[in-house]
Amino acid sequence: MPRIFAYIVHKGGVPDDSAAELPAAAKKIDAAQSPTAVVTGWGADLDAACETLRASYGEVWKIANEGLAYPNAELVRKALVKVLPQGSVLLLPHAHFGVDLSPGLSIKMNAAFVSDVLDIEGAEGMSLKLVRQEFGGQVSTHVRCDISSGAVINIRPGAFKPLEGAPAGGVLVDKSSAAGELTARRRYLETVAAEAGAVDITKYKVLVSVGRGIEEADNVPLAQDLADALGGAVSCSRPVVDAKWMEKSRQVGSSGQTVKPKVYMACGISGSFQHLAGIKGNPFMVAINKNPKAPIFRVADVGIVDDILEFFPELTSKIREN
Amino acid sequence: MEILVCARRVPDTSENEIELNAAGNDIERDDLVYSINEPDNYAVEEALQIVERAGGNVTVATVGGEDDEEILRREMAMGAKNGVLISDDAFSGSDGKGIATILKAFVEKNHFDLILTGVQAEDAGAQVGGMLAAMLDYPFASLVNAIEVLDGGKLKISREIEGGNKEMNEIDLPCVLSIQTGINEPRYVGMRGIRQVASVPIPTLGAADLGVEGAVGGAAAKVKRVDYFAPPLGKGAEMLGGSREEIIDKLIEMLKAKGGLK
Repeated sequence: MPRIFAYIVHKGGVPDDSAAELPAAAKKIDAAQSPTAVVTGWGADLDAACETLRASYGEVWKIANEGLAYPNAELVRKALVKVLPQGSVLLLPHAHFGVDLSPGLSIKMNAAFVSDVLDIEGAEGMSLKLVRQEFGGQVSTHVRCDISSGAVINIRPGAFKPLEGAPAGGVLVDKSSAAGELTARRRYLETVAAEAGAVDITKYKVLVSVGRGIEEADNVPLAQDLADALGGAVSCSRPVVDAKWMEKSRQVGSSGQTVKPKVYMACGISGSFQHLAGIKGNPFMVAINKNPKAPIFRVADVGIVDDILEFFPELTSKIREN
Repeated sequence: MEILVCARRVPDTSENEIELNAAGNDIERDDLVYSINEPDNYAVEEALQIVERAGGNVTVATVGGEDDEEILRREMAMGAKNGVLISDDAFSGSDGKGIATILKAFVEKNHFDLILTGVQAEDAGAQVGGMLAAMLDYPFASLVNAIEVLDGGKLKISREIEGGNKEMNEIDLPCVLSIQTGINEPRYVGMRGIRQVASVPIPTLGAADLGVEGAVGGAAAKVKRVDYFAPPLGKGAEMLGGSREEIIDKLIEMLKAKGGLK
């Protein structure tokens, strides 16, 4: 079995949650080995991240380079191609950086690539059996991946539970010189913070969140009326922002706001993992959707199969009567 | 600027509920409504807007079958000058790398300054754009939600990262960008527009035209979908039944108990 590496995303010296999840995925590929962490960056942040990782990884490969102070995928790719042994299996979190890095990296490593993997059902020789989802989680698939010349596998954040175990007391290995000089034709300039909206949805205990099922901008007031009756705010999923029916600042999800309400009403929302990633604190979740098979019903506490455009006005007037 | 947009025709999830077929080995494909993959449509709109500002032409290419010509015509009705259907039985079973190999061969027979793809298709893995860029040795950026053309063969682009933040980058041309939904407001295409391009010839290219025989298709694929199955139910919601009025009464009681209603 090839050697397994976990690429660690970190920020401000703190490893991402995925750093604890990737070893669980690695275990399902090969129970006999523990993966090696590979960390790129620069300065005190990189050192702090490596120090933290030594507690959970048996070996931590550090690649320090001033150009990697911000994780520019093109530079990180060049460093990894030089440092990783041929035929390695590399695991990364399926988030914006993994989407940026992994497909091209797999080509340069001459390795197979699979994105957004939810589970690993074992290996038969050099063939892995992986679980993915398609069509926004409406159906699952098994995928076979030939890892005989290595693989890059993007793992869905949250899909694997961190392993329980004793501190690893990992060895730190400095691979910086092997990465050599790095130049890129894509240059990071700056990060622009999200614009604040008129309403801060993170401050509300009750959210009436609408998705594609709201159908048009003119129907948003139906949700607002319900939110008003509940003393909450209206939030939304990505398609509503894409269609310009609501402001970006109202969007719940990995590319929008992270909210921690007491009650979350997911209305006409199918329930993609990117949306669910923005809901924290385990709120009481009510899902209302016309499609009885919508993935949101798998995670909600209470489900109602109905058309929100008809349901909203009746619920609102009943609440007002009370 | 000569711009290529790589597009796909996919089952439209806003029009269909995707279910397993009776045999449980595929999705039920009868009566599915297909359309252009949504992010690809944003990519075409972005290409058209760049050409409106900076001049040039937009070509839309798809790797697929005869039926996929319909999305090429649709995007030509939006304003794309050329449509190209890349189709061959030998392409069947290609993985992401196989599709990228086919597109690379097409790109090398033409001249493009900028190549756009949609960020992801709902039945695939957000992979072809990044692979194509690596094969061509072009720079790449994913999840792009704004593009500004700079002087000197460069673009300023914004990437969508966590929390609604934007990562700003400068990138050299030629390059490949994967386009995120919401980057623009794609223009409307009516039946009349589609009729106007109905007789514009769309060339079809095969494996021999591109010189990719043997390098693509199922035999060359390292990644293969084996089957489809129903996702695990998880804990599952308590489904409220009865009339709408009864459901509303139950829901109000629950909201009171959970602090959603005083």
